[in-house]
Amino acid sequence: MIIVGIDCGAKNTKTVVLRDNKIIGKGMILTGFDQTSAIRESLHAALKDAGIDVKDVDKISGTGAGMEEIRDADVRVNEVKAMAKAANFFVPSARTVTDVGAEMGRAVKIDENGKVIDFAINEKCAAGAGAFIEAMARALEAKLEEMGPMVLKSDKSIPMNAQCAIFAESEVVGLIHAKTAKADISKAIHDAMASRIVSMIRRIGVNKDIVMIGGVGLNPGFVDSLKRELEIDKVYIPPDPAFGAAVGAALVLAEET
Amino acid sequence: MAGENTQEYWRWTESHWKNPDIRWEDAKIVTVGIDVGSVSSQAVVMTDGHLYAYSNMRTGSDSPESARNALNFGLEETNMPESRIDYCIGTGYGRVNVPMADRSITEIACHARGAHFIYGPEVRTVLDVGGQDCKAIRCDEKGKVVNFLMNDKCAAGTGRGMEVFADLLSVPIIDVGERSFQVKEEPESVSSTCVVYAKTEATGLLRKGWQVNEVLAAYCSAMAHRIFTLIERIGIEKEFAITGGLAKNRGVIERLMKEIGLEPMRTDWDTQIAGAVGAALFGYALVQKGKGRKK
Repeated sequence: MIIVGIDCGAKNTKTVVLRDNKIIGKGMILTGFDQTSAIRESLHAALKDAGIDVKDVDKISGTGAGMEEIRDADVRVNEVKAMAKAANFFVPSARTVTDVGAEMGRAVKIDENGKVIDFAINEKCAAGAGAFIEAMARALEAKLEEMGPMVLKSDKSIPMNAQCAIFAESEVVGLIHAKTAKADISKAIHDAMASRIVSMIRRIGVNKDIVMIGGVGLNPGFVDSLKRELEIDKVYIPPDPAFGAAVGAALVLAEET
Repeated sequence: MAGENTQEYWRWTESHWKNPDIRWEDAKIVTVGIDVGSVSSQAVVMTDGHLYAYSNMRTGSDSPESARNALNFGLEETNMPESRIDYCIGTGYGRVNVPMADRSITEIACHARGAHFIYGPEVRTVLDVGGQDCKAIRCDEKGKVVNFLMNDKCAAGTGRGMEVFADLLSVPIIDVGERSFQVKEEPESVSSTCVVYAKTEATGLLRKGWQVNEVLAAYCSAMAHRIFTLIERIGIEKEFAITGGLAKNRGVIERLMKEIGLEPMRTDWDTQIAGAVGAALFGYALVQKGKGRKK
């Protein structure tokens, strides 16, 4: 059976194709301001990647901030449920899963079957989401993809006073004027954001093993800060973490079918 | 670079004023309040508890220098020597960095006291929206603080958020209020919780073909709502007064008052000087009690 999972996120729309619970294709397109076309294009890309035709698809499952726009979806799966399922799929021993995307951060406590026990969400404040690092990259005049690797070059820890991304921008400019090295500023930025994600995780409890999904999982600097803030050695990150919720959505539907 | 846009949309006019009916030479006690805020600084000179002169300027990168500039600008047309000052109080975000101050007092106390002076003794709730924070203060008939709530962690609902939007939409900040009413129909508000998300939303709306004025209206009502949630938590008791730079933005204030369901008090004074006025009044009270500067 072929099931498609589509996660229409604030920044990217991700589609995965599952054949009998195995990933056979993926597609990712910038969501931009036209969700409908992003959904269509990412589905097209994933089907092409899987080498199958849209006629071969049995069912479609949707999730993410723009899930209402996925017209062809047979079901729409709540993001929390999707990420719990995905974590259980990638790491069966997972008990805590955090999903950090462009405009939200979530933490979910799950049981051995990938069922949700408790969760915490932030989708109201950019300071606890990928958007924070993006805004800081602009202030630092660095490319977004350079931000994470820079962290690993720094061994200083500079505290950031500002919480709000808007106020933090001025703080970063102040640090630049004080001739602080870019790598040290980048580390301060990632540490500050990781501490906010960790305080959200602590609300539901830190239970091993910990899995991280979402696009920010591709940022090695953030993962480094996250481990430091959590005071643990290992955070499990599936290959292509950005597709986590899409995989989870597809798995939830597969289970119900 | 040719065609590069270097206009600073956040910029507003600095000003100073002198009361033509007062001669400082006749005064018994001269007190000064200096409010060094995150964005603007004011100096207020009072003669025997009457407003004699003031200045309102942009805060620079250095607090002591900003305090100095504000005081110089305030005294500019008075010919009064600085040695004539009996007591000086610093307040605001940079209050501990006012070199000429004899002591500092928190801006919460000063704003309540200042609002009581510029709006009258009926004021019981003061909303102060500054450059980087927003405070809701309840006070008694003497202008003494009873309770307060403050947001200084998040740019939503502060002047900084409005600056971001003025910049984004290339509209001078002083025109925002007027222009936000030049719309056919009141649009739905954008995200009121986060300026970063509101910005993303606004960009999307512009691409959809919204007019700049409509986006301004959508942001003004988002900001009004955000401020409303703060004052709602502390409870609003009549009369209601607004201080700080945002009091000059009709776009937010009128939308906010609609949510509150009250009329705001009116004043002819510059609403940005309330903190410095309160500081100067505290100084006056101290000197009267004989607790003034040791000479």
